[in-house]
Amino acid sequence: MRPFTYERARSPAEAAAAAIRNPGARFIAGGTNLLDLMKLQIEVPPHLIDVNGLGLDRIEGTQEGGLRIGALVRNTSLAADERVRRHYGVLSRALLAGATAQLRNKATTAGNLLQRTRCPYFYDTAQPCNKRQPGSGCAAIGGVTRLLAVIGSSEACIATHPSDMAVAMRVLDAVVETVKADGTTRRIPIAEFHRLPGDTPHVETALERGEFITAVTLPPPIGGRHFYRKVRDRASYAFALVSVAAVMQRDGTGRVALGGVAHKPWRVEAAEAELPRGARPVTAAILDSAKPTHDNAFKVKLAERTLAAVLAEARG
Amino acid sequence: MKFDTPATNNPIDQLKVVGQPLDRVEGPLKTTGQAPYAYEWQDVPGRMAYGYILGATIAKGRIAAIDTAAARRAPGVLAVVTHENAGPLGRGQFYVQRFLAAPEVDHYHQPIALIVAETFEGARDAAGLVRARYVEGRGAFDLAAQRDTAPVAQRAPFGGPPETAVGDFEGAFAAAPVTLDETYTTPDQAHAMMEPHATIAAWEGDRLTCRTSIQQMNWGLRDLSLALGIPKDRIRLISPYIGGGFGGKGTVQSDLVLAALGARAAGRPVKVAMQRPLMFNNTIHRPATIQRIRIGATRDGRITAIGHESWSGNLPGGRTEPTTLSTRFLYAGANRMTRVRLAVLDLAEGNAMRAPGEAPGLMALEIAMDEMAERLGLDPVAFRILNDTQVDPEKPERPFSTRPFVECLRVGAERFGWSRRSPRPGAVRDGAWLVGMGMAGAIRGAPISKAGARARLDARGIVTIETDMTDIGTGSYTIVAQTAAEMMGVPLERVVAKLGDSSFPETPGSGGQQGAPSVTAGVYAACTKLREAVAHRLGFNSADVTFADGEVRSGNRAVPLGQAAGAGDITVEDSMEYGDLSQRFAQQTFGAHFAEVGVDAYTGEVRVRRMLAVCAAGRILNPKTARSQVIGGMVMGIGAALTEEMTVDKRRGFFVNHDLAGYEVPVHADVPHLDAVFIDEVDPTMSPLKAKGVGELGLTGVAPAIANAIYNAIGVRVRDYPLTLDKYLEHLPALA
Ligand SMILES: Cc1cc2nc3c(=O)[nH]c(=O)nc-3n(C[C@H](O)[C@H](O)[C@H](O)COP(=O)(O)OP(=O)(O)OC[C@H]3O[C@@H](n4cnc5c(N)ncnc54)[C@H](O)[C@@H]3O)c2cc1C
Ligand code: SF4
Repeated sequence: MRPFTYERARSPAEAAAAAIRNPGARFIAGGTNLLDLMKLQIEVPPHLIDVNGLGLDRIEGTQEGGLRIGALVRNTSLAADERVRRHYGVLSRALLAGATAQLRNKATTAGNLLQRTRCPYFYDTAQPCNKRQPGSGCAAIGGVTRLLAVIGSSEACIATHPSDMAVAMRVLDAVVETVKADGTTRRIPIAEFHRLPGDTPHVETALERGEFITAVTLPPPIGGRHFYRKVRDRASYAFALVSVAAVMQRDGTGRVALGGVAHKPWRVEAAEAELPRGARPVTAAILDSAKPTHDNAFKVKLAERTLAAVLAEARG
Repeated sequence: MKFDTPATNNPIDQLKVVGQPLDRVEGPLKTTGQAPYAYEWQDVPGRMAYGYILGATIAKGRIAAIDTAAARRAPGVLAVVTHENAGPLGRGQFYVQRFLAAPEVDHYHQPIALIVAETFEGARDAAGLVRARYVEGRGAFDLAAQRDTAPVAQRAPFGGPPETAVGDFEGAFAAAPVTLDETYTTPDQAHAMMEPHATIAAWEGDRLTCRTSIQQMNWGLRDLSLALGIPKDRIRLISPYIGGGFGGKGTVQSDLVLAALGARAAGRPVKVAMQRPLMFNNTIHRPATIQRIRIGATRDGRITAIGHESWSGNLPGGRTEPTTLSTRFLYAGANRMTRVRLAVLDLAEGNAMRAPGEAPGLMALEIAMDEMAERLGLDPVAFRILNDTQVDPEKPERPFSTRPFVECLRVGAERFGWSRRSPRPGAVRDGAWLVGMGMAGAIRGAPISKAGARARLDARGIVTIETDMTDIGTGSYTIVAQTAAEMMGVPLERVVAKLGDSSFPETPGSGGQQGAPSVTAGVYAACTKLREAVAHRLGFNSADVTFADGEVRSGNRAVPLGQAAGAGDITVEDSMEYGDLSQRFAQQTFGAHFAEVGVDAYTGEVRVRRMLAVCAAGRILNPKTARSQVIGGMVMGIGAALTEEMTVDKRRGFFVNHDLAGYEVPVHADVPHLDAVFIDEVDPTMSPLKAKGVGELGLTGVAPAIANAIYNAIGVRVRDYPLTLDKYLEHLPALA
């Protein structure tokens, strides 16, 4: 860990302004990802802006009948919220499938969205990694790739986004609300929030420098039955090999997004038309441009079978 | 004291304290945070400094230049130790690894520097400022690539002969009507114990005291003395509490050597904890194996030929993984062969991890036995019973000291409800789960070695035992105290056990599951001497003295034990040494493991549903701590079966998943109800305690029982551990 300076922000816009004033600064929310990365010198911010005291820890109804989730709402509180459990079950389930109770008590909504990849080479500062050190190369390609992406990857990076919560939010068409240093605000649809790696895997989201997340909003409830099925090697405390977030309606239509397969939650709306015909055509359409490695080709099959499990449960 | 004829009746047989399921005597210290681990001692005189180990970032080659100037200038940095200023360093006797790249780099994360600073954070930060330039060499990292070229291993002190042959294996195998010839692989595994390797080193003149975390104090002393080139009698190691080891702390690792060097360079006590991400590539591990097993049998299931060949790799001069050990003893068969080959690999050193050889060996052999039973149309339990042997199959004139293997199998099958298993794989369904049962036999050697203890009686009647035995979370304190309490006729609370100090009498420590039998025999010897000294002080005739209820009794006289020490403490020391009973008898522990698993028919996820271990290990000194050892082994076996693997990057030459996020040991949710039972037996050929170790037996056989259960559930045979779902997903039943 490098020595750093620290301040407490007094408002979201001031937090954004402080980030512009201090190049390389980071916001710190729960710190469950950032501090680990700092200890390993993967992140070396000279300045931390603590955003915990901004009153962004409330969940409120929106005028449209949806929910606005403050950026600092803890994963535990969000998963336990009655409105979330009643109307957005997929989100609650996804959150509870992640990390551990202790971590969820600390982890925040914005921090979860912005958590960084778990690619093992990203975590080893002796290895080349375009995401950690742009232009240095990618040690993972040609190496140990069992957990890495099967789709949407590039010659520069084949990492996945590890969040469970984000996969549920993708299925729910959430919107990320932000504020910039000059006080202007933006609403970024979750589909456009995370980026594919392309040539710039270190640029992971649509956020601009200093831009600060204030909330995530959910549109009005869409009904249906909600599923989050996470497959992993051990029963808990592991990131997904593959996960399926789905909202299924009685008539067999629905929505589905995959986790653990790409640099962002993976959803192909057009494929959802196939849902009444079962898992195979849906997965074939969602993953039709998949380019898995030898080690992770199984994820394609696994995604299909996991979706089949969800659909069977939805029918049953 | 010498033990050279089988034990007869002795004070231990009263079993007032020994054999009772007592709580750990040091438990309250552990649960209240008063049992410090190596890094936590607060009693070291002088101002503490902190060391941080910097590991090499290449796998093979040498350091061309190392620039430490910026690190030395960093705030609070006191010293930087590298090969340029460390002075000559030796190696230990048991591990071949070098503690510092000097300047050759033998493996990834081999230490290249220790940075010592006023704070841990300062040392860690400064480590990032050290610049090393390497000349990379070509290394070998792929065991499978050397399958055809790896030579037969050299004979070495541990693990038995690299080759054995009895009868005519090839002929008998070729002639057998039913045969199996399959190859199995086991991966590199990490000890992944809770407490990392850690040391606080402090010099006083030329004397070195280290609070550290080491399982075998005598080896530690020897190897540190060799590493630093200073005599043993100037070193003291202190390891009273150890947060797990599993063999990974057998003897000196680099934290200890570097802490000593750092303390010398800084002129202050220095504490070093090896950071977790370094442990996997820096310290020893259980090496990967390739194992070919051939079994030939008559149609009615009698084994006529059994062959086991094995490949593992190591640094030059390193040990083999002696996987063929169990195959030499477990089943009958007139024609036999084993062979161990050893490749040179430039990965971190392969060395002892809980049940070295036997654990991975049985992972292969016991799947093979399951496959063979199926080919013969026999029940796997019945097939094993049919091929039991009561004599060493290589030397029929040598009997087993005790061998209730068949009883373990029968009791296990009965308790587990084995008869409800479907012999047809893939036949049992419970909702979305495919359900299967599997079992495996287990065998683990029962070594015992010379061990000493000091016993002191004071006027309050307190008996204090001192030995350099360690307690790595196993219960050594408790069984040492139980032995002394039984011998001296006092309740457990009147005994103080002091362990883990190299200034105490020598034992073989915790390793090879010989700790419990060895140290308790040493305590027996010391207490026998103490009893004589007490009788002598009191003017009793030692032949008819009894020790009970805190009193010493002879004829109609009875005096409180403490009275004997009224005129001053009585202190005695003795050790137990052994004759040739271990040559005359094959001394082994036995077990049978049973597992039921569910495999998700859609996703292939495995959940172990229940497990049972039936173990025979001589007298069980404390059923509670023994059970903890066995169920701990079962948990480790779940990891071995399902998740644990250090994945090698064969281009770059290192274990990629080098932290506890990437190296997946079982979590609570993976562990179902575990049942462990012990066969009621004593083994008088071992020691007066008639006990054997049990800590490694609990692991051997667990993983193959689970693997066999998975086969029974899904009908797909996986021969490569761990059995992750990607290895059989393609073969699961088609989806509706
Ligand atoms: C052992 C372990 C296991 C885990 N397992 C899982 C799992 O199974 N599934 C899963 O989904 N996650 C898992 N996680 C990740 C966990 O969910 C994240 O660490 C957590 O959600 C991050 O939230 P935080 O508030 O602590 O973020 P922080 O660490 O505080 O911040 C993370 C990043 O977000 C930025 N940031 C924070 N708030 C804002 C804001 N308002 N605006 C702009 N930027 C902001 C920070 O600058 C930083 O870059 C695991 C983590 C650990 C340590
Ligand atoms: S896959 Fe991405 S994160 Fe992993 S090493 Fe390559 S560039 Fe880095």
